[in-house]
Formats: sequence, structure tokens, C-alpha cells
Amino acid sequence: MTAASDLAASYDLVVVGGGPAGLAAAALAARAGLSTVLFDENPGVGGQIYRGITTTPVTDRAILGEEYWAGAELAADARASGALIVNGAVVWSLDPQKLVGVSIAGKTRLIEARRVIIATGSQERPFPIPGWTLPGVMTAGAAQTALKAQGLVVSGRTVLAGSGPLLWLLAAQTLRAGGRIEAILDTTPWRNWLQALFHLPDFALSPYFSKGMSLLREVKAKVPVHRVDGIEALGKDRLQEVAFTSGGRERRLPADLLLLHQGVVPNVNLANAAGVAHSWNERQLCFVPVLDEAFGSSVPGIAVAGDGAGIAGGTAAAERGRIAAIAAVRALRPEATVPDPQAIRQKLQREEMGRAFLDLLNRPAESFRQPVGETLACRCEEVTAKQVRDMARIGCEGPNQMKAFLRCGMGPCQGRLCGLTVTELIAAERKRTPEEVGYYRLRPPVKPITLAELASLPISEAERKAVER
Amino acid sequence: MFKRLADASAAGAAVTLTVDGKPVSAREGDTVAAALLAAGIDHCRTTPVSGAPRAPYCLMGVCFECLVTIDGVGSRQGCLIPVRTGMKVETQLGKREAGR
Repeated sequence: MTAASDLAASYDLVVVGGGPAGLAAAALAARAGLSTVLFDENPGVGGQIYRGITTTPVTDRAILGEEYWAGAELAADARASGALIVNGAVVWSLDPQKLVGVSIAGKTRLIEARRVIIATGSQERPFPIPGWTLPGVMTAGAAQTALKAQGLVVSGRTVLAGSGPLLWLLAAQTLRAGGRIEAILDTTPWRNWLQALFHLPDFALSPYFSKGMSLLREVKAKVPVHRVDGIEALGKDRLQEVAFTSGGRERRLPADLLLLHQGVVPNVNLANAAGVAHSWNERQLCFVPVLDEAFGSSVPGIAVAGDGAGIAGGTAAAERGRIAAIAAVRALRPEATVPDPQAIRQKLQREEMGRAFLDLLNRPAESFRQPVGETLACRCEEVTAKQVRDMARIGCEGPNQMKAFLRCGMGPCQGRLCGLTVTELIAAERKRTPEEVGYYRLRPPVKPITLAELASLPISEAERKAVER
Repeated sequence: MFKRLADASAAGAAVTLTVDGKPVSAREGDTVAAALLAAGIDHCRTTPVSGAPRAPYCLMGVCFECLVTIDGVGSRQGCLIPVRTGMKVETQLGKREAGR
């Protein structure tokens, strides 16, 4: 186990995040001779897609599927590459000078990096429906994490709701693991098909097409699917029922667990706090970092690879990590041999094929992104959609001002679960685009650290003298 | 809400922690949040604003709903911290108590 005190004062390359992008980037850079460290906050590498890949207790390979197990090779390759991989390492700060604040087991360090690759991936898009804070309501990704990492499968009356490939994949994995699903509430708007159909030929050629079709067949054979345009989680102190409207009719299902999912969006917190410029992506309905073709950001020496650079999936993430790593190697050790980036780009293109279809088909309806009334927009500070809308109407122009008025985005999640909602609500009320409204200005620490951790920072003699009278 | 797969119950050594003073058994490889879910514990904290109960939501370090006090340190993300035998987990009630 690597302790904070074991770390060097500086590394050629610091990679943040141990999912496919981070693992592939670290492996390539280390093999090309860069001193490379990878920090990951989870107990093991793999990110979300390959969660628990080195430790999963699930032995029946059919349950999680071959795509999951492909992560084992990435993890093993990174392990063998000579890169230092540190789990349980929380990166809480990154500045434009590429000073990385990292905490490991309660001790923290500031590490200098010549290059940084942010590979912090994606998170599930907020799904603000009435009752989404009740115990018994979780994300589909959470259930998948519990299955991969701990071999926990849903029990009791379980309802899945939302849209996007992960929802169907989780349903299939749950069924294969012997779990029962009462119903799937499909929120995909009909009109999305019209927009997506134009891109169907590309999607039909992509590796995701046949996999997607067989997943749908597998799930629909066993679980009733309702197309819905409204969902509510009901219960006092915990979930008891799921109410939904389908074809103009309201129905109720008793439920112990409601799993929500409406796609994934880049996890922007660290990049945003480092000063990386972002812009609104209308097709994916989220902010993505502004990047060059080697995934370099607006801050020199900081790249963003993987789904953090815009959603493209796990295999594309690894290729993006490699491209970002090649750029780092070329900048720091031009004499080193690296794989042919053209070949990698071609692979990446194949992976990204069909993305337009998936993006357009799975764009969540406005009503599931822009809540109304008493539905909580900010879970941490319990700020309602109505409060945000009212404030925008009386003149609040952006999310940062909204923090001062309502405290939304100022709780422990630092806007991760409300940022997009607040931006979209302000944009809707003020008749502006999300790009014009902007996002929270995030600042370090982007993950909570204690004062004791800060106080554990090593102090040089010069630093001590600088503050002594 | 969750049960362990048969092969998952066999894997990993048993770990005993306490939650609000009561013993809870978990498996090596569990995070604190996963152990709470597997043990059927309904909520892990109440909110500082309205006192509403909350339970783990995302299990991937994003939502901060699984905040618990672990071995005396408050507001730890239960989904990122592996269980250890003898670990003392406490649910957080509303506003954080002064002195912690």
C-alpha cells in the first residue's frame, strides 16, 4: 500500500482516475519512460465500467458479460507497465501550475506534475423527479456498482426507470444474476426516434448495434416495459410506491427499490476547478471541456481523456487515454517510441460511430431535466425547482449568483447532482441558452478534506521561515 | 433491497463492524455503504436542512448521500471506504454536532 509519504515530490505525468482512460494512459506513458503516477479514489481500479475488476466476487462470467471482463487486461497491463497506481487516493486540488493536492489515508501531499491527464470519467445525469431523495430510490449505476464490486443483487420489489444503454444493461445483468424486476418505465420520448433515425445507418455499423438489440430482446422477454412521461417516488421516510403516467393514465406500483437512470454526463468538477474552459454540448445536453485533437485542454499541460471529454463509452475512453498519453510523451520525451496514433485514432473513430444515434435517441425529455414545483433541484441544501425558477425570474442571471441566493450547489456534492438542473432551469426561465447561463465556478478542495489532513502537509524550512516573525 | 449472490457470500472473509453501537457483519471487499445496504439498514443520515432521512444513492462518490461518521470522523463518504473489523460507523443526524 502506497502512503502519502512514499510519493515523490514530482512526476512527469499524474493521471487522475483509474477507469479505462486513466489505466490506458498510465500504461502507455510509463512504458515510454515517463515517471507516472495514477491516483484513484476507489478501493480498486477499473472506474465505473470495470468496477471491482481485480476483486469482484462475481464468478459466473455470463452475469456481467464479456465486455466487463475486457477490463481485466487493461488493469493488468497498467499494473505491469511500471506506473505507480495508488488507490484510495483522493485528488482534491489541481491548479493551472499543475500542482496536485492528493490525500491518502488521512495524510495529504502537494505533488508537482509536468503533465496531467484528468480521467475522472462520467457520472449519471441528475434525474430530479418528485421523491428522488427518498431512501429506496437509487441510481441504476449504484445497483450495478453493488453487483460488480460486492456481488449484491436487488431483492424485493424493484422498478427501473429512465432511458439509455446502461438501464438495459443493468436490467439484463440483474436478471442473469437471478434478480427480479417488476417493471421498466421507459422515459425515451417518441420524437427522439425521428431525430435519431437519420443516424441509424451509422449506428447499425457500430459495435453497439447488435449488442444493444440483443440486450433489449433479453430484457423485454422477462420484464413488462411501460412507456411513461411522468414518474413520482412516493412514501413517507422511504419509498413505498412508484406512480407513473402512461398514455395519459396514472398508475401506481408498490416498490421497495426504484433505480433511476437517464444517461451519463462528464464529471467536470476537477477540470472546472483547474480552470479548464468548458462549453455546452447541445446533443449530449451537458458541459464538456474544450479540447484539441490530442485532448489537451485550455490549460497548458492538462489534458482530459475518457468520458470526461464528452461521452463516448468505455472502449473509446481507453483509446482517448492513449492519445492523450502520446501527446504527453512527445512533449516530455520526444525520443521515446510510442504506438502509432493514427491506428489508435481509427479505432477511436470506429468506437465513436453510432454515438450520434445513441445521443439523440436517449436525450431525456425536458420534463425530466427541468423539474417544477416542490421537486428538489439541489438534494444537499434541499432547494426546490420552484425556488430556483422564482429567483431566475426576479433577476438571478447564473448559477454562481444562485449559490448566494439559495445555497444550491454549496452542499457536500458541490453541484454534481444539481449543476445541470440549475443551469437548465435558469436558461428556461430567462430565455437564454445554457452556454450563456454557464455553470458553477468550482474551486478546490473538490473533494472534502479535514483540517487535520491539510495540517499534515510537509513544510519546508523556507516555508516555515516565511511566516516566522 | 439487496441480497448477496451465493458465490459472493462465500468470497471474502467475514468482517464485523458496529453501526450505532450494534454489530453488523459484512464481507471483506465491501465498502461501508455497501455493507449498510446489505444489512438492510434503511438510512445512513438525516439532512441538515429538514432532517429528512437519506440513504446511499449513487455508490460512486458523486452524490455524498452516504455520508457517515467513521471512527469518530464525520462526513466520510461511505461508498469509497472499505470496511475493517472493529470499525465504528455512526449515522449522522441533522446538523453536525459541535466538537466533531
